[in-house]
Amino acid sequence: MAKVPGLFKGLGVTLNTMVETITKGANTVQYPHEKEAPPIRARGVIALHEGNCTSCMLCARSCPDWCIYIEGHKELAPPRRAGGKPRQVNKLDRFDIDYALCMYCGICVEVCPFDALFWSPEYEYSEPRIADLLHDKAKLGEWMETVPEAPELEAGAEKKGKK
Amino acid sequence: MVALLASMPYWAQSLLRVLGGIVAVLLPAGTIVYVFLFKMMSFMQSRLGPMEAGPYGSMQLFAEVGKWLQKEDLYPERADKFIFKIAPLIVLTSTFLLVAVVPFGPDAWFTNFEAGVFYALAVSSVSVLGILVAGWASANKYSLLGGLRAAGQLIAYELPMVLAVVGVVIQAGSMNLQQIVVAQNAGEIFGWNGLGNPYILTQFVGFVVFMIAVQAELTQTPFDMPIAESELVSGYMTEYSGFRFLIFFIAEFATAGVFALIASVLFLGGWGVPFAWFGWESLGDIDNWMNVVGPLIMFSKMMLLVFLIMWVRFSFPRFREDQLQRFAWKVLIPVSLVNIMATAVLKVAF
Repeated sequence: MAKVPGLFKGLGVTLNTMVETITKGANTVQYPHEKEAPPIRARGVIALHEGNCTSCMLCARSCPDWCIYIEGHKELAPPRRAGGKPRQVNKLDRFDIDYALCMYCGICVEVCPFDALFWSPEYEYSEPRIADLLHDKAKLGEWMETVPEAPELEAGAEKKGKK
Repeated sequence: MVALLASMPYWAQSLLRVLGGIVAVLLPAGTIVYVFLFKMMSFMQSRLGPMEAGPYGSMQLFAEVGKWLQKEDLYPERADKFIFKIAPLIVLTSTFLLVAVVPFGPDAWFTNFEAGVFYALAVSSVSVLGILVAGWASANKYSLLGGLRAAGQLIAYELPMVLAVVGVVIQAGSMNLQQIVVAQNAGEIFGWNGLGNPYILTQFVGFVVFMIAVQAELTQTPFDMPIAESELVSGYMTEYSGFRFLIFFIAEFATAGVFALIASVLFLGGWGVPFAWFGWESLGDIDNWMNVVGPLIMFSKMMLLVFLIMWVRFSFPRFREDQLQRFAWKVLIPVSLVNIMATAVLKVAF
């Protein structure tokens, strides 16, 4: 008999939730019709800033499941100053990320010394064919548009690197 | 309308009754599944439930039925195939047999059976057979355990259910469900007849015991030991798929509706309105329009009772097997026996 008040309390919880859902709406989001904005630093998709990439292969080598494919070749670029020697630069031929393999650990973004990889919160890129999940250089470049501005540094923090 | 029905040949009357029975079973079942299982449960968990099929997901049930009908009719290799196949039909048959005695209006009934209460309680236990047989024929240890648990539970809760109804029968002085409705609506409370005398007032203990027993008979949570999906993988239904599972599914919610109909007849005054409102004296005085309004009244009372059943279902966790048996034998049966004694004494005293 001591349990009877608890029983009614339990019934009250479900009834209250029902009334709240009917009057104030549910906690869930009706996904395709309404979308929640993901948090600004959400790990949605990795974007490539091609100009910064030197095809150093650090990301490809640090990737735990080897889902980054890089191919490149060396080219001679015109000298910076007049009369100088032509410079040797690495030209990127191929930069693919296979999102069927990627596990969103973010090590490639961390390890990139030239700020060529960025997290974007975009998440709607599922495909009916698994092969289409291999995003090439052009597609990874398109994701750059969705990369949010880097958050403000803390007051007094030393600014490092350049973007 | 009655005259029209009487002028029809026997086969036409029978056909009409069969159609009426199908409507009386399937319409409540569909409504219950949509309103309570899809929507109310979702709201109680702060979500919206199905929203895509039709406006507010109202066509979801048809989508589900279509899905089940497309599935392959599978049975396990070592199953007793014939019995495995007819088991869901046994369960559904008991539902159809049950609705046959429920009166929906002064003339709107399928059979006006003298011992209606007795018949209803007897027929409702046929579903136990179907469940036990389904569990056994599946040749699966989960199904067998589920079937045995179902048998143990349904037999244990049959008894308090019968005993709870005995109080109503004593008070009404009849086992005919139609007479019980009339007795409630023609009754009066200490000379005041504005509300009739629905037996939920005098037989409240019986009502509570009956509803708990119904909850257990329907194997709804917290009494869902036989289909405990987390431990028994849905018990006796483990091996069923496709339209046989669909039949089990329909039977579960149709039986909920029919039990709620019977409970509303026994305790809430059934199809009737208090006769004093319109100056009726007995069954013969009732106007013909009650044959149309009566089913609607029954339907709303059914929805109310099913709401109670489902509310409890969605709120409480499952009993343990020993708690379940102890509750039936040590609490419900003594309480209903005392209720019968008190009713009998008061019946003689007044």
